[in-house]
Amino acid sequence: MPDSWPLAKKRRALTLRARILRELRRFFADRDYLEIETPCLIPAPAPECHIDAMACEGWFLHPSPELCMKRLLAAGYDRIFQICRCFRKGERGARHLPEFTMLEWYRREADYRDLMVECEELLSEVAAALGCDGATVYQGETLRLGGPWERLTVAEAFARFSPLSATEALARDCFDEILAIHVEPQLGRGRPTILYDYPLPLASLARSKREAPAVAERFELYLAGIELANGFTELAEEGEQRRRFAREEEARRRAGKPPYPTPDKFLKSLPDLGEAAGIALGVDRLVMILADAPDIDAVTAFTPETL
Amino acid sequence: MYSASDLRKNLRIKIDDEPYIVTEFNFTKPGKGQALYRCKLKNMISGAQFERTFRSVDVFEPADLQEKKMQFLYEQEGQYCFMDNETYEQVLLAEDRVGDARNYLIENIEVEVLLFEDRPLGISLPNFVDFIVTEAEPWARGDTVSGNTKPVTVQTGYVLQVPPFIEVGEKIRVDTRTGEYLTRVKD
Repeated sequence: MPDSWPLAKKRRALTLRARILRELRRFFADRDYLEIETPCLIPAPAPECHIDAMACEGWFLHPSPELCMKRLLAAGYDRIFQICRCFRKGERGARHLPEFTMLEWYRREADYRDLMVECEELLSEVAAALGCDGATVYQGETLRLGGPWERLTVAEAFARFSPLSATEALARDCFDEILAIHVEPQLGRGRPTILYDYPLPLASLARSKREAPAVAERFELYLAGIELANGFTELAEEGEQRRRFAREEEARRRAGKPPYPTPDKFLKSLPDLGEAAGIALGVDRLVMILADAPDIDAVTAFTPETL
Repeated sequence: MYSASDLRKNLRIKIDDEPYIVTEFNFTKPGKGQALYRCKLKNMISGAQFERTFRSVDVFEPADLQEKKMQFLYEQEGQYCFMDNETYEQVLLAEDRVGDARNYLIENIEVEVLLFEDRPLGISLPNFVDFIVTEAEPWARGDTVSGNTKPVTVQTGYVLQVPPFIEVGEKIRVDTRTGEYLTRVKD
């Protein structure tokens, strides 16, 4: 028994994790979402410059189930969700695991604003079911989970917290650094923050905003400086999506990364997507916050280092 | 050469011909952005610290440092004395260079002393150290809930959390990288 101590001491966190998974499923079942499962092993992930898929048997372990889920959406499944393991090469830190659990959900006849509201409802309901009573304490900081949440555009957040505007930061190739060092730590303090309207080059699969085409209808949810979810209105134009994938592939090539095959079946299904929106939420990080755990290791039974 | 993905706490790299150690390391990846490797670096000679964020394309030279196996002899007025068991050569290290490692300096323990041009800069510990528990609350027999802990003190004065069944006089193994209890040791 002593040798099993590192695992045994995770019992409380793992019990909470199981409860949260039950509550997540209950939330979506109550709202007529269909739980679906899509393969982990896929022939072609979405080409994104900064997400590296793990190769396996000539195919790839999916870094996200999004392409298969959008094909289901295009085929007429109006509301779907999935909780699954995803794989991303080289991602390991206090909030990252190369294999982690993702919750993704998709809706037709909805845009990113509908998902922002649904995110608020999801977190409020899950927290209430756990007895958090509208607020939770994370590492000494009280977080009010009930609405209204703070909403900031990327431009507003950079104006407030960064020495450079978002446009300047992009032009000087330091957007990610400024976001990580100056902006993210200020977000989700005391209550969740929705950061929205990303510059178009930072949204490979999101629709551009009709009234402001330089930004994409994409948002991220932050709690206590931690990025928890990424959602957007889906781009449903095949031609435009092919052009964006080509740009990402070109960026991958310049960075010396291996090329991906083009996900043709996904691209051909896009015209049938219509108006739709989808979101991915990191389940391990949600558990980490609700369990008041300092890092992702504390809420997963095994990490690569302990196998 | 190291690449950014090799960066981790305690890695030693060379910048402008001086040895630096990574004292804090954070992997981060904002939104769908690129991987960033945020480091606090400490100059291993001057002790000067600074923060820097690297990208995955960055590369580094390893710092050319020597490590020698030495035995810990004694501590006197904040100076820690170590001896090379082959040459009997002794070196002194100040307390601030020993750092938290002093928690693990039981008598005669063998450590690696780090030398930069024959100057001792610091020590590195074996991954596991066995301690004798010197102070502990008695085990309340009813307490068998897995996951419960209690504090105990070991012979260096270090206090750590262990399962409730550990008692005074028992030998326990501690992981020096995390400072955490691993298992009870039976001789």
